[in-house]
Amino acid sequence: MSDAIETLAGSLARRFGERLMRLPAVAGELTVEVSTVDLKAVCTSLRDDPDLAFEVLADLSGIDYLDYGLEEWQTQRATGTGFSRGVSRRVGDAEAPAPDAAGEGSAQPRRFAVVYHLLSITHNRRLRLRVYCEPGEPPLADSVVDIWPGANWYEREAFDLFGILFRGHPDLRRILTDYGFVGNPFRKDFPLSGHVEVRYDPDKQRVIYQPVSIEPRTLVPRVIRRDHRYEPGLSSSPPVPAKPNA
Amino acid sequence: MPEIRNFTLNFGPQHPAAHGVLRLVLELEGEVVQKADPHIGLLHRGTEKLAESKPFNQSIGYMDRLDYVSMMCNEHAYVMAIEKLLGIEIPLRAQYIRVMFDEITRILNHLMWLGAHGIDIGAMTVFLYCFREREDLMDCYEAVSGTRMHATYYRPGGVYRDLPGAMPIYQPSKFRSRKEIDRLNEARAGSLLDFIRDFTDRFPKCVDEYETLLTDNRIWKQRTVNIGILSPERAKALSASGPVLRGSGVVWDLRKFQPYEVYDKVDFDIPVGVNGDCYDRYLVRIEELRQSNRIIRQCVDWLKANPGPVMLADHKITPPRRVEMKEGMESLIHHFKLFTEGYSVPEGEAYSAVEAPKGEFGVWLVSDGANKPYRLKARAPGFPHLAAMDEMVRGHMLADVVAVIGTLDIVFGEIDR
Repeated sequence: MSDAIETLAGSLARRFGERLMRLPAVAGELTVEVSTVDLKAVCTSLRDDPDLAFEVLADLSGIDYLDYGLEEWQTQRATGTGFSRGVSRRVGDAEAPAPDAAGEGSAQPRRFAVVYHLLSITHNRRLRLRVYCEPGEPPLADSVVDIWPGANWYEREAFDLFGILFRGHPDLRRILTDYGFVGNPFRKDFPLSGHVEVRYDPDKQRVIYQPVSIEPRTLVPRVIRRDHRYEPGLSSSPPVPAKPNA
Repeated sequence: MPEIRNFTLNFGPQHPAAHGVLRLVLELEGEVVQKADPHIGLLHRGTEKLAESKPFNQSIGYMDRLDYVSMMCNEHAYVMAIEKLLGIEIPLRAQYIRVMFDEITRILNHLMWLGAHGIDIGAMTVFLYCFREREDLMDCYEAVSGTRMHATYYRPGGVYRDLPGAMPIYQPSKFRSRKEIDRLNEARAGSLLDFIRDFTDRFPKCVDEYETLLTDNRIWKQRTVNIGILSPERAKALSASGPVLRGSGVVWDLRKFQPYEVYDKVDFDIPVGVNGDCYDRYLVRIEELRQSNRIIRQCVDWLKANPGPVMLADHKITPPRRVEMKEGMESLIHHFKLFTEGYSVPEGEAYSAVEAPKGEFGVWLVSDGANKPYRLKARAPGFPHLAAMDEMVRGHMLADVVAVIGTLDIVFGEIDR
């Protein structure tokens, strides 16, 4: 299996050179990163080149790296204040905004990414392609609908849930959320309980929307623990770039 | 010449042929469909977001509820993704059990599909036949996990427990005579494996019965032949998978080409269609029933001959046995940590795909080293299939829309997630 991966990585490196950056991945998988500028050209070649022939887009999804690597409970260092329940504040609030001072102006230059899972039926291989969206609000990426028509609904989904705009998509509408929904629910700064709730109002005799009455709470705090026993399955470095002081 | 104009028809969301909560906005010219615009998301529960807020093991149950007619296959993709990130290998017996239950699930799913699809396009009887066999398989689910549908049976590191030595049996009641009870309990005297073995003996006959009702039935063929044709090129471009892809003549099955667990050790064939119409997809699924039956038989024989552990003994990931927990301090600590905080999965990402009854069900799991997933994406096979529906129904009659929805095997639990 790993031989096949190395062969594929080799032919990708020959074909695209600097345009693809190989990222660490678990055994048997290959992840590459491409810049937004090269996305369309690279995808077209990935599909049409007979040596690659990734004719199926198995999956496309967005991801928000806002809270990546943040924990609600300190486990590595001792604290002077003792342990809290980790519920009083949202994780990202204190430290997350502007974690990457080296960015090009925007607060989180590499916050949103679109991840493509490609499948080649001809060669029986898979490839994961990641592209970071152009920074700014809303985040931008090129649409690949004209390369893989199956991307249509997947891109609508990423637009709906993450607010990623796909340039060149023929019909970019919300798909999973309610008619008239406000916000992008899968962003990390969107609370799990949402902003509005629906109930039947007996006085008005109709269903109404109102602000949520429940408070978000954490039942099990998020902790990060390193365990050397499972390191073989671990990639050698994180998919997001290291913090400036690291 | 009377004036003819297009009109828009709202199909669903509460329509018995919509297989759940599909709202379909159809643009019709006379009775011919010009455009179909499915509105989905009425069953969106935010499973992926919920999973981000819970330790890994607590989300296994959510996977059952995605595609709620092929429960264990969904669990399978999820626990396999965790195992991939942890870099652990599960015991061989657990792998055989998983394969056996994946195939039982496939039969469950295809029977549900066959019955519902039959009703949709006018065949009532086959529904009753299908549910007769489904009941037996549901009992297998119940025997092994305690629930008939949402099993939560697969766990990272193996399966929750070994196959039970006894089957639940029918009790006498005022509604059933003694004689009838004895007949029902006849196959249930032995262990679960005996019962499944007996089922595999009976089942090919049952498939013959369904085929007698449908395969050469004139009405059935009129409703399905040359309806919703998908060419192999379009099927690939539209991200189709599973029986929809195979019905179009593409030889592709993850169980064969990217085998997981012990699929490379069992013997089976993959049926492939020719025309890519509704009838071919029906034939593919019928043959899959027979092939699944074959796989189950092989698994039963292996499982009968090879007892062994079904769960890893690594108690950082799997719970210790109850007896040990009551007596040993370390086991108690393991148990406590596992059920409060859970285990931390190393940083990285993994995509694991299984050949679910509806097609490729994949889970993309991103972990940043925490005890909860950072991002979970379920790749539901029905999602691209429904997206392809617009293309498949254009130019067909309104009644054919129902046949196409049925043949795509739509379940909203997985599409809306």
